[in-house]
Amino acid sequence: MIENTIITARDLKKYYTVKEGMFFKTSATLKALDGASFTIQPGKTFSVVGESGCGKSTLARLITMIERPTSGDFEVDGINAVTSGPKAMKALREKVQIVFQDPYGSLNPRKKVGAILEEPLKINTRLNKAQRREKSLAIMEKVGLSPDQYSRYPHMFSGGQRQRIAVARALMLNPALVVADEPVSALDVSVQAQALNLLMDLQEEMNLAYLFISHDLSVVRLISDDVMVMYLGRPVEQGEKTIIFDHPLHPYTMALLAATPHVDKSFRKDRIILSGEIPSPLNPPPGCTFHHRCAHMTDICTTDAPELRWVGQRSVACHHAEKFY
Amino acid sequence: MSDTIMEHLDAAPPPHPLKEFWVYFSENKGAVIGLYFIVFAILLAVFADVIAPHNPFDQYRDAILQPPVWMDGGSSKFFLGTDDVGRDIVSRLIHGARLSLLVGVIVVTLSLAAGIILGITSGYLGGFYEILVMRLMDIILALPSLLLALAIVAILGPSLQNAILAIAIVVLPHYVRLTRASVMAEKNKDYVTASRVCGSGPFRMMFVVLLPNCMAPLIVQATLGFSTAILDAAALGFLGMGAQPPTPEWGAMLANALQFIQRAWWVVTFPGLAILLTVLAFNLAGDGLRDALDPKMKR
Repeated sequence: MIENTIITARDLKKYYTVKEGMFFKTSATLKALDGASFTIQPGKTFSVVGESGCGKSTLARLITMIERPTSGDFEVDGINAVTSGPKAMKALREKVQIVFQDPYGSLNPRKKVGAILEEPLKINTRLNKAQRREKSLAIMEKVGLSPDQYSRYPHMFSGGQRQRIAVARALMLNPALVVADEPVSALDVSVQAQALNLLMDLQEEMNLAYLFISHDLSVVRLISDDVMVMYLGRPVEQGEKTIIFDHPLHPYTMALLAATPHVDKSFRKDRIILSGEIPSPLNPPPGCTFHHRCAHMTDICTTDAPELRWVGQRSVACHHAEKFY
Repeated sequence: MSDTIMEHLDAAPPPHPLKEFWVYFSENKGAVIGLYFIVFAILLAVFADVIAPHNPFDQYRDAILQPPVWMDGGSSKFFLGTDDVGRDIVSRLIHGARLSLLVGVIVVTLSLAAGIILGITSGYLGGFYEILVMRLMDIILALPSLLLALAIVAILGPSLQNAILAIAIVVLPHYVRLTRASVMAEKNKDYVTASRVCGSGPFRMMFVVLLPNCMAPLIVQATLGFSTAILDAAALGFLGMGAQPPTPEWGAMLANALQFIQRAWWVVTFPGLAILLTVLAFNLAGDGLRDALDPKMKR
């Protein structure tokens, strides 16, 4: 904890107000993210895992300062990113960049690659045209694009190459943290590996920290240092990758891990089949939000919401975590 | 490591965008004919002084209501005949092309510029400002367009300038709505968010990032708006609220010669035909433009 951290998040929450009903509108609160705390060190990868609608992308939007949290705060490089003034925020924005899931929607179709890459420099630095060009060509080389692709339009590239352009754009301002919102899930499996290798090479070279958002556990196992498993806007288990993957304590993590396909038969675990759907975040169940899908449910689960607590070298939010240890 | 595979996937560079555009545009024969007619009309308008056989204001008192050249009593001096005060109709039509196209250009430029600014700001900023702008546009849309234009001209005083202004105001809501709709569709896309993450301000977001991606439907609307503007200007001219005599404006020519329709059909028919053909040409070209610019129509 004493070593320097890029991101220190404390109890981040994001609630949306949703209007329901056709004539008599009632507003309901959607708890997209309900209390996430974590730290990320330089050069490390922090992964966030969970199924659709669990608040992964909301977390990404908060950390990249696209939206403001409802409560809680976070520091970027020791500076508070929620309470700081606009000038400090501008400096912080340069330090956190994002790579999106869909490489087809994340590049402006009307601009050439060069213009896309130079936009961050144009806004945030005083470099002249030649310097900007030089810098973007250097980054293009780093991500494996050739200089003659500088003046092409995005529609002339394949998905994998587009994702390289998106990564290059994120690196233009020398960020400390790159938020990667499912950066490989839209790519072919063969291209996924290339993209992941690229991300890992760049991490080593530039000492980048990643906030890596994914639902693909095999990718997460490959790339992360720390993992946070989320369910319905809340972290349910959080800790070092090896500890969580080798010995999960939350029933939801166990189910996720059991669902990961393995080639080697001896690695295959007994399938844990979750019944039912993920509940609506507009109307989460009382007590533990996971209780009606959980095989280990007892009476306390339906009444008391479990807090994250330290069990066996990781924090976990389950009343019965000790039982699985 | 990956470059060898990627290099093969890299498609051959597509043809120049303009060339590609022409390929798709020329598939529509009607659109090409329309385009040729527009070019023809523009040439007529530009070189009106050279092409027109007579001064459009000269009155030949010895040749009043002379029929076209192919009819009994026609002469080759006045190819399409003369009007009730002996002015050459061909010359007046050619000079009228100049006015009509000018009306189209000015109306489209005015309403497009104002429409883009209002539409993009209301789509991007939202909130109370958006409600204010859109309800104002709804009010304009709710009134019959020609009636509103008439009312505006009646207040400002009948002249061609005021007619242009009135038409620009009447067609404004179309551009505002179209721009706002495109902006709302585009602004949630990832590339816009990416631009915000790297620090774009609202001005840059609206006019550098969003606007170029919203232009395709606006270009089409502008071409179609051209014909509406010409038609409305002619209608206002016909009602005496647009160009004032003796200006050779097509609508005004129609109006002034209406009483002779039984006796001398040519004074009414040719200005009417000129309006019809020009409007038709712009509509055809606009149609072709829409097909050519729509990515869904591309193979």
